[in-house]
Parts: sequence; C-alpha cells; structure tokens
Amino acid sequence: MEEVDVEPAVTNIPGIRHGKHMGFAWGPGDILVYETLHRASGATGSGCSFIYMVRKDEDIYSPILRKLFNESHHIFVGLQTIKEDLPSKSKKPQFVSISRNYRSVIRACMEELQQVAVSTKEAEMSTQYGNQVSILLAIELIWNLCEVLFIDAAPAGSLLLHLLDWVRLHKADVDEKAKLVLQSDSPAEHRDYWDVVVSYVLQGRLEEARQMLVKQATLRPAARNMFKLMDSLLQKMPFYNPGGTQTLTEFDVKWRNWHEEVDRCLKDNSFASNHHLELICKILLGDEDTLLERKELLSSWYHFLVTRLLYCHPTVKPTELHFYAQSCMTMFLDLSVPEPLDNILLAAFEFDIHQVIKDCSIALNNWWFVAHLTDLLDHCKLLQSHNLHFGSNLREFLLLEYAAGLFTHHSLWQCAVDYFDHCPEFGRVYLELQIERVPLDTERKALKVLRICEERQMSEQVRSICKIMAMRALRNNRLGSALSWSIRAKDAAFATLISERFLQDYCAKGTFSDLDLIDNLGPAMLLSDRLTFLGKYREFHKLYGEKRFREAAKLLLSLMTAKIAPRSFWMTLLTDALPLLEQKEVIFSADQTYELMYCLEELTSSLDAAAPGPDRPMQEEDIEVTKVELLRLALARNLASAIVKEGTVET
Amino acid sequence: MFVARSIAADHKDLIHDVSYDFHGRRMATCSSDQSVKVWDKSENGEWLCTASWKTHSGSVWRVTWAHPEFGQVLASCSFDRTAAVWEEIVGESNDKQRGLSHWIKRTTLVDSRTSVTDVKFAPKHMGLMLATCSADGVVRIYEAPDVMNLSQWSLQHEISCKLSCSCISWNPSSSRAHPPMFAVGSDDSNITYGGKVQIYEYNENTRKYSKAETLMTVTDAVHDIAFAPNLGRSFHVLAIATKDVRIFKLVPLRKESTTTGPTKFEVQIVAQFDNHNSQVWRVSWNITSTLLASSGDDGCVRLWKANYMDNWKCTGILKGDGSPLTGLSGQPTAMSTVVGSSLQTSQNALNGLSAGRIAKRASFAPPLRQLTSPKINQSPAYY
Repeated sequence: MEEVDVEPAVTNIPGIRHGKHMGFAWGPGDILVYETLHRASGATGSGCSFIYMVRKDEDIYSPILRKLFNESHHIFVGLQTIKEDLPSKSKKPQFVSISRNYRSVIRACMEELQQVAVSTKEAEMSTQYGNQVSILLAIELIWNLCEVLFIDAAPAGSLLLHLLDWVRLHKADVDEKAKLVLQSDSPAEHRDYWDVVVSYVLQGRLEEARQMLVKQATLRPAARNMFKLMDSLLQKMPFYNPGGTQTLTEFDVKWRNWHEEVDRCLKDNSFASNHHLELICKILLGDEDTLLERKELLSSWYHFLVTRLLYCHPTVKPTELHFYAQSCMTMFLDLSVPEPLDNILLAAFEFDIHQVIKDCSIALNNWWFVAHLTDLLDHCKLLQSHNLHFGSNLREFLLLEYAAGLFTHHSLWQCAVDYFDHCPEFGRVYLELQIERVPLDTERKALKVLRICEERQMSEQVRSICKIMAMRALRNNRLGSALSWSIRAKDAAFATLISERFLQDYCAKGTFSDLDLIDNLGPAMLLSDRLTFLGKYREFHKLYGEKRFREAAKLLLSLMTAKIAPRSFWMTLLTDALPLLEQKEVIFSADQTYELMYCLEELTSSLDAAAPGPDRPMQEEDIEVTKVELLRLALARNLASAIVKEGTVET
Repeated sequence: MFVARSIAADHKDLIHDVSYDFHGRRMATCSSDQSVKVWDKSENGEWLCTASWKTHSGSVWRVTWAHPEFGQVLASCSFDRTAAVWEEIVGESNDKQRGLSHWIKRTTLVDSRTSVTDVKFAPKHMGLMLATCSADGVVRIYEAPDVMNLSQWSLQHEISCKLSCSCISWNPSSSRAHPPMFAVGSDDSNITYGGKVQIYEYNENTRKYSKAETLMTVTDAVHDIAFAPNLGRSFHVLAIATKDVRIFKLVPLRKESTTTGPTKFEVQIVAQFDNHNSQVWRVSWNITSTLLASSGDDGCVRLWKANYMDNWKCTGILKGDGSPLTGLSGQPTAMSTVVGSSLQTSQNALNGLSAGRIAKRASFAPPLRQLTSPKINQSPAYY
C-alpha cells in the first residue's frame, strides 16, 4: 500500500528570530521552546529571553469535547466486555448498537457545539465552534457509512435502503426548507417549492413529495390528470422490504416493470407541458444529465451516487459499489480536486478499511475517531478478514496514541487508564510511564493514583508514589503523614529515619505528636526495628498513663533486654523507670531490678569506654553523672523493698 | 500545534537549558548569565518564578531535576569547570506567601579541569547518583549514599573516554536483565578519531564501568544523545544529534556463560534524517518515546514519529518566524488547526451551502442545518 506523503505541519513561533537556534523541553502535553545558541564554548550574546509553551493536543481542553471523550469512554469499556466466545452472528446487532451509541454521542456533542456557536457573541469563537462542528459532522458521516458498509454489512437490497438513510440523515437541510415553504401563505407559489419537491425525490422520500405535489395540483385544475399520473408513478415505485417474503429477484422484476412504465410516460410526452414534472420523471429514470443539472440540490457526489443507485440499480451489491462510487465522484466533481473527505468516503465504498483509517489519521487532527472506529472494527474481526496481518497492532497503536493524549489532561487521565488496560502489548508499560507522572497535588489525588496502581499490582509505582509523598511530608515536617506513607511504601530505611525523628522530638518536647497513628501501627510496626521501638515505647507510655504499672515496667525492661531500644535511648528509658521505682508499691521484682541494674552498668561502662569527649561541656557531664547516681540509689532501694516483699509470707 | 503561552524568562543572557521536573509542575532554566531560575505552575497554568540565584561563575550549560523520591533537588553544570547540587529547603511561611523558595548549594563537584558539559541523574532504582561529562573527556559518576544528607557526594567512578565529551545519557531501563548503562557522545569533529558515541556498562564483578560498544558509524561531532524509555523491550533505543538525527537500536547479544566481559550489542540503525541540513544540537524523547524532538542549525525543532510499522517520519516543525509577539490568546482552539485553503473550495461536502448565499442562523436541531458542512483540516497526525 502506498504511503500518502503529507508535509509535516509547520507551527510558527512568533518572537523567536528566524534562523536562530531553538532549544526545547518536553513537558506533559506541551513542548517548551526558546531561542538560544548552541556552540561548544562559552557562548554569550543577548537572546530574547522568552520561553514559549507549544501545545500539541488541543481538543481535550474544550469542555464540550470533553463530554465526547467521557461518554465514549463508557461505550468503549462496554465494547471490551462483549464476550469473545459468542457466535459472531449474535454479536452483530450488539456491534451495530455500539456503533450507533458512538454516533449519538457525536451528534449530542455537535448539537451542543452548534448551540454555543450560535449563541456566542465573539465572532472568533463562533468560527472556532463552527469548525469543530464541521469536523464532527465529517466524522459522523464517515462513521455512519462505515457502520452501513462494514459493521452492518447489509446485503444487496437492504444496502441501498441503508445508504438512503445515510444520505437523508446527513442532507437534512431539505426539511428546514420544507418547513419554510409550508409555513408560507401559499406554499405552492413559494420560491423554493420545486426545490423541496425535487429534493424529496432525489432522496427517495416519495410520500413527502406526493404530499407537496397535491398542493400544486389543486392550484392547477387544468393539469389535474398529469399530476395524477405523476402521483401514481410515485406511489407505485417499489421499495425492497428486507423483512418481507418477497425475494430480491421478484422485487427486481417488479421494479423493472415500474421503471418501464416511467420510461413510457416520458417517451409519450405525458409531462411535456410541465417542465417540473418532466424533470421529476427524468430523475425517476435516473438520468445522469438531469441529475447533474441539479448539482446544487444534491450538493455532493455521494448523494448523486445514492440517487443514481436508487433509480438505476436498486439491487446493487456491496462488491459493485466501488465502481459506481468512482464514476459518480469523477462525474460530479468534474475537474475539481477531491478533498480528503471525498477520498475517505471513496475508500470506504471500495471497502478499503485500512485506507479509511489511514486517511482519517492523516486528515483529522485527533485520534479519538480513528482509535474508536478501529477498535470497533477490530472487535468485528474486520481487520483480519481484510488481510492486514498487523490488524491488532494498528488497533493498539491508535488506542495508545489516543490514551496518551488524554493522560495529559488533569481529569481525563482517569479515562485513559481503561484504554491502556485494553492494550495487551504495550498498555501496561505505557500506563506505568504515564501514571507516575500524574502530579500528586493533594493527598487525595495521590490516593486515587495509588489505588489505580494497586489494582494493577504496579508495585514499583506504588512504592515510588508513597516514597514521593513521604519525602514531601518529611520536608514539610509532617512526621505522621511521612510515617504512614513510608509504611505504605514498605520503605524500612525511611521508616527508621522518621521514627528517629519522632523519638528526637519526644526527647526534646516530652510529648508525642500523631498519637493516633503510632497507637494504631499494628503489624506495620515490624517494618523497621526503630519503628517497632517507637510503637512499643509509646505503648509503655499508654500503660503508664493508665496506671498499669506492672505491665508498663515489664514492657520497659523488655525493650532493653530484647535489644529493641537503640543503646542511645537507654538512658531515657532508665530515666522513665525512675518514677516506677519510686512508687510506694513495689513494681519491679528483685529479678527485674537486677536486670535494670545490669542495663545501667552496661550503659555506663560503654559510656566510660567512649571517654568523655573534650567537646562535651562540663555541665552536661554533671547532669549525666547525677542522673546515674539517682538511678543507682533508686534501684538499690527498690531491690531492698522487693527482696523484703518477696521474702515475706503473706498472711 | 499552537503557542498557548509565553513566559518572560528574564535571563540577562542566552538560555541554555530548560528542564521540567518529573511531574511537569516545575521548571528550571539556566543561562549564560550564570544563574538558575525555578518556576512553579500556578493553579491557572501560569508560570511564576519562585527562585533565581547565581549558581556558577560561568555559563550554566545544563540544569536537571532529581527524581522527587529524593526531594526537590537540582543539578547544574557550567563552563566554570564545576557541577553543583542544589536542594530546596522549606522556608519560612511568609516566603511561601510571597511565592518564594530557597535553594541552597549542597555540594560543588570540582573534579573536572575543564568545562563540565553535561550532568544527568541516574535512573532512580540506582539510588541518588549523577554523572557528569566534561570537555577533557572524562565521565564522572557521583553518589550520595545518604539521601538525607546531600552534602556528601562521593566520586565513585572516573571513566576516561579519550575524546572531549559533550553529552551523556543513562539507559533508563530498570530491568534486572540490563546492568546500569550510559552512553556518552563527543563533539570532537576530527572524523579520523573514529566513533563518537561510546556505550559503557557496569560490571557487577569488577564493580567498574567498562566500554561495551563504540558506534563506529558516527564519526562526526555528536552534540546530544538520548536513550528512549525502555517499554519493557529487550533492546535499547538511542537517539543521536550529530550532523543529522539518527536513531539506533542496540540489541544485546546472548552472552556466553563463561565470559564476564560487557554485553556485546548488535547495532542497527532505525532512522537517519538530514532535514536539519547541518548540525543537530539537541534530541529528546517524550515520556512514552512515541515522539522524538530535535533541534538544529536550520533553526527548527522537528518532531519525529514512528507509525505502527516502525517507519519514522517528520510530523511537525516548529519554526521561529521572527514576528513580534502580539497578544497571544490564552484560549486554545479546540479541534481546529490551521485552516488550509483547500477547505474553502466551493464544493461543500455535505450541506450544499452554495457560494454567496448567507446562511441564516437559526436554532439548531438535529438533523444539522446548512451553517456548517463536514470538513477536514489537513494536518498530519501521522500514524
């Protein structure tokens, strides 16, 4: 397949001088550029000191189009859940209905855009909205045709009926005109009267054409028979009924008979006295020249095509379409150059799905359309049947592009996650790369991102997000938050560091902050030794506060003997033991007191070994010595009372 | 594409580098005026300068952010032969109210005897590490063993590349199958010196970096180099800015179990573009490596994209047009692009709005009326 070579789009950056070097930096959804000079050594020279932010994907910033993205996301997710194992026949109606859902979302969006385009006072904005409507119109037009040809894949007979619906839907200005005509005082004399009648005939809306003709007939009693004849021709035109019992061949015979009758009427000059009716008669015969004379009423080659098929080949087969399409386009456009839209539609008539997708990707400035259409066609197993070995790659490629665009938006990124989930090859790694870049502005947003990662077992991203949050909290001195984030990150080193801070804070202030958190650590306490100690130490304080002295004492002692407490903290622990030792009631048993004494000795001997540093101020040394002496005294006294108590037989 | 916003950077000399932080909410700029500025994005999308300080005693070539797991940390490198590491400290609350932040220098890396041309933090799974390269042809790798104390950086490796170095890039792959790896480029223009891009790989056993590959086909001066995100693939993709833009694929060859030397690679060229006409100065990948941007002597930034068949093409050009800046609209247009003249042909695709007839605006109801017709704007979203 030949590559269409498209010139890359050039974006001019005002303010950067022509021919100067341009530096750049990728951002999320944009690229920054600035004027610079790239030279190897010590470059200086005044440049213009502006940085320009160039956006690439603009659609997502339109609030109305955002609805399109949001709603189509739901349809997309629904489509992905259609069971693979269903027989393809029973799936077809589902696919058609999904296709219609997509189109109705496009239509709803168009309506809204149209309304704001009309109501806005600014001319510039109005044009802008108008442009968007044009693009959506084109998208819906193409989508609808693809639905008829590929998804519904109507056979001969029904095919034309579908095409007629397609043209009627997209060439609806006749209704507008008809309304004006009918509302006028004398419709039959209205300037646009015949345009409306002819337009109805061109679209095969014969019932409506007849009703219009009645108005004219009553005005001209002299030509009554002629009008009656036309009315009967219009009434008699057979339409294929796919639900009925009639076979296609039977229909064909009937249609031919009718066609011959119309031909006879023309030949015997039945309408010669009224050129309007003669024109209609010629249209009913599918006369090319006549049709081409009414180009402005047809307005497009594909309307011309469908009208021609209606009156010449109503049983056209899908495989024959391309031939008629090509010739109609050539005839209708004459010498003017086909626009991208023409080529896309022609490719569809040629059943060249790949070319449709490709041309749409090139011609449309957004991935929404191609991604969703290709996905749907892929589900219909149409990409394979057209012998594109890269079918599913193409689907994934387009979905990834679309989702990556969504990801740059501050709220649409959540929709993008589902698209990535349904891209088996690169979806996950794309999501990993993108999701860790979502700005974690608030704890709430961080939790949202985290949940998405957790649901997908993205352990590295989970760890990283928690670590970022922990670091941020620590930098802002929010120790509790930092601790809970590092517990979530299972970051032992960081948990140790924060526990250390908690203990330092306690030593300095004598109180703990974030009690709730520390009290409810549970098994998370085991993440790091220091955290375990922090939790246990706080437990000691709680027991003490609740006057459960024995339990408190036991815990305090175990913190040292089981080496849970860092050596640097032993003195604080021993000092905490002081009030327990001084209680009237004996709390530490003799054995426990021995152990406390042992701890104190171990601590003081190691302190001695370290030798009093010269930088240590004398005063501090004194306090330490006094403390130790006080402790020794208290321990000795407690030991004495404990021995007495334990030796006393209770009577 | 369209210019959505302009930012008065207010540097007193040339800007050499602009760098986004990991989340794209902050940005740092550096300049020949020896300063670095930090910018924060406000709620309404405006960029506010929250810090500006003199960082070096020479032109500052590059500025780069560490991963936010390590806090708010910047590294810069300069013509003054040093690289420096900066950390933001959470200041007084009234500073915050005034929209100011404080950055303090944590260390100056003074080992180079010539201009330090590039500085890059290693992928975060390696810890807080950074690599510098300098005009004297030495790559230095530093590590901060304690991430809470950024004033301690130790020089872990010093690798002599023999040629004046201009740029360095870490391989971002965190796969266990890929040992730490970086590529270094040389801007020595003497083509007789051979390949200007060298790939170094870390060896677990020797605990040293050793040369794994030299890209022999790149003999002209190299100005920038960039590994693409790995995407879980077994091979690596490397973009190079030399006299043209080149994209290479490095496919690791199966190692024989007995050898302990560095991985050998099969080097494949994926794409080569000379659209910049002359020297190419910068190359850089977007987050998912679906787009490569390059800038060159032609004064353009070009965007390159591969389709699903891995064919690379230029899909966009940014070009200075020198016109003075006039009232940029902050309001981006949606779904519309530069309206080509082809759209204005009289053949109206759908609704037959014939030329000259003025469509009256009436209330809109589906089916659609003649105000608009389906139109497609030709602008490539190349696939």
